[in-house]
Amino acid sequence: MIGLTDAVVRFGARTILDRLSFSVPVGRSLAILGPNGRGKTTTLKAMLGFQRLDEGSRIAPVIVGYVPQTGSSNQRYRAIDVAVMGRAAHLGLFGQPGPSDFEIAQAALERAGAARFADHFFDRLSGGERQLVLLARALATGSEAIVLDEPAAALDLRNQERLLDLLKSLREPRDKAIAFTTHDPNHALAAADDALLMMPDGQSLFGPVAETITPEHLEQLYGVPMRVVDLAGPTGDSHRAVLPAFAGIRAA
Amino acid sequence: MTTMTQEETAPAAHRIHLARQTLVFALLLALLVVAFTVSLCVGRFSVPPGRALELIWQGISDPSRELAGIDERIVLLVRAPRVVLAALAGAGLAISGAGLQGVFRNPLVSPDILGISQGAAFGGALAIMLGIWGFPLIAMVFLCGMAAVILVGLLSRINGRSETVTVILSGLVISSMFSAVVSLLQFIADPNTSLPAIVYWLMGSFATATWERTLVAAPGLILGSCFLWMLRFRLNILSLDEAEARSLGANTTRERWLVFCLIAVIVGSQVAVSGIIGWIGIVIPHAARLLVGHDHRALLPAAAVLGAGFMVCIDTLARTATAAEIPLGVITALVGAPIFAALLRHHYRERTGS
Repeated sequence: MIGLTDAVVRFGARTILDRLSFSVPVGRSLAILGPNGRGKTTTLKAMLGFQRLDEGSRIAPVIVGYVPQTGSSNQRYRAIDVAVMGRAAHLGLFGQPGPSDFEIAQAALERAGAARFADHFFDRLSGGERQLVLLARALATGSEAIVLDEPAAALDLRNQERLLDLLKSLREPRDKAIAFTTHDPNHALAAADDALLMMPDGQSLFGPVAETITPEHLEQLYGVPMRVVDLAGPTGDSHRAVLPAFAGIRAA
Repeated sequence: MTTMTQEETAPAAHRIHLARQTLVFALLLALLVVAFTVSLCVGRFSVPPGRALELIWQGISDPSRELAGIDERIVLLVRAPRVVLAALAGAGLAISGAGLQGVFRNPLVSPDILGISQGAAFGGALAIMLGIWGFPLIAMVFLCGMAAVILVGLLSRINGRSETVTVILSGLVISSMFSAVVSLLQFIADPNTSLPAIVYWLMGSFATATWERTLVAAPGLILGSCFLWMLRFRLNILSLDEAEARSLGANTTRERWLVFCLIAVIVGSQVAVSGIIGWIGIVIPHAARLLVGHDHRALLPAAAVLGAGFMVCIDTLARTATAAEIPLGVITALVGAPIFAALLRHHYRERTGS
């Protein structure tokens, strides 16, 4: 379980979060959507405990698996050594990772689909590959909560599809509370159970994806007209997608 | 198919990695042993290697024995404490540099950066001027080194956070303030008695090493280094971005200051008995990084062994190259500065290239 209750964050005179409440129970997945500068990152930091709340409270386990957009790469560590860092909280100040910690890290790399570059240097991996290693590190913490910061931001379409599949497979055992921020409402449709829409007027909307990811709400969210379309998927099944009305070119 | 071959190559890569690390450590240890032996043998009175090792063995197995021969006295009372002190100091400085560079996420910082060396130098110069020697001198050196760290901490703490850049700049400020005061002390010191002592001490030398002085410096050097070594996995965590390190359960500010204090203990102990020795803390960790990689679990021991060997070599050179002793600081700068310049260019070329 991870979430915020009546959270208020002010930067000087500006109120970034105004009585924001939401929660992600174990087994569910939350997508956080909102325009730039509306406080997605602040919400994420507040969930992780890095942002002091002026009012309200935070519900979270002691350690939250955090997947940053880009990991620090000025030190040359192997991917397995990065993943095993997830064990740090269990080892304490003077603890050293033992064989069982490396087994957990290896299993996490496998679950994240990063086992094939376990012995490669982290700083030599591509952005998408690094993200998988960072996800493995978050899994290796053993935390029931995983928070991903804009996981799809730097990915091309092929890798976005891979990431969404990965998010879905993470959700499948229903043993984690997952939260991620994104700019694309389709990611929420594909891989989330709930959505948190951070509206430009300072209000927010939290609820199941089917109720929150609607054209009306999204128009309010981004200030552009939105349409829902049904698309035929690769195997003939039907997919729901949301598009801004400016997408594509004017048909004759 | 592809997954199968990948699964097969991963353990192989792991084995190669392990074998390489083992080989590097074996070579470093061998070099250290050679440096030790050579340093015990050479000098104005040269002793054959076999005889030197025999004497050392006798000294260890029967420490209370009367030392009759001149070679016994030279090896066991003059050279052995000096070699041991140089090795401990070199190991301590190198491990401090490696730890500091990890914590700062910046490969170009060194113990001098935090003002520890200059603060410690001030404590020592003041003690010499006041005619204080022995343990009280060490205490003053250590306290002033710690004071420098605390001042840097207070100065760099803005809005409750210490940014890396402000820590480095604060270190520079405190460091130059302490060196100004040291200059002032030299200016007012008695030119016949305390001034030569201060100047010689500041230049850095192991010439005055005895077993007593070695035993005075050893606890700080050994304990500080051991604690840093115990923190080796934590240093990996602290070398990450602030948010990542905290999300993994590290209390970054508190743990960083723990590392600074350990380094103050090491550098303070070293400065107290042998003055300021620059460059070891920056050149050796870099060389060690090239050999074993950035993981602190391998880097710290590699830096310690390499630093010990390097320091013993430099000290041997300092006392044998000319009839008079060359100050250590001069040699480490002459050797260290060009290496550092090369590393600096290599580091930034690689960064801009990638």
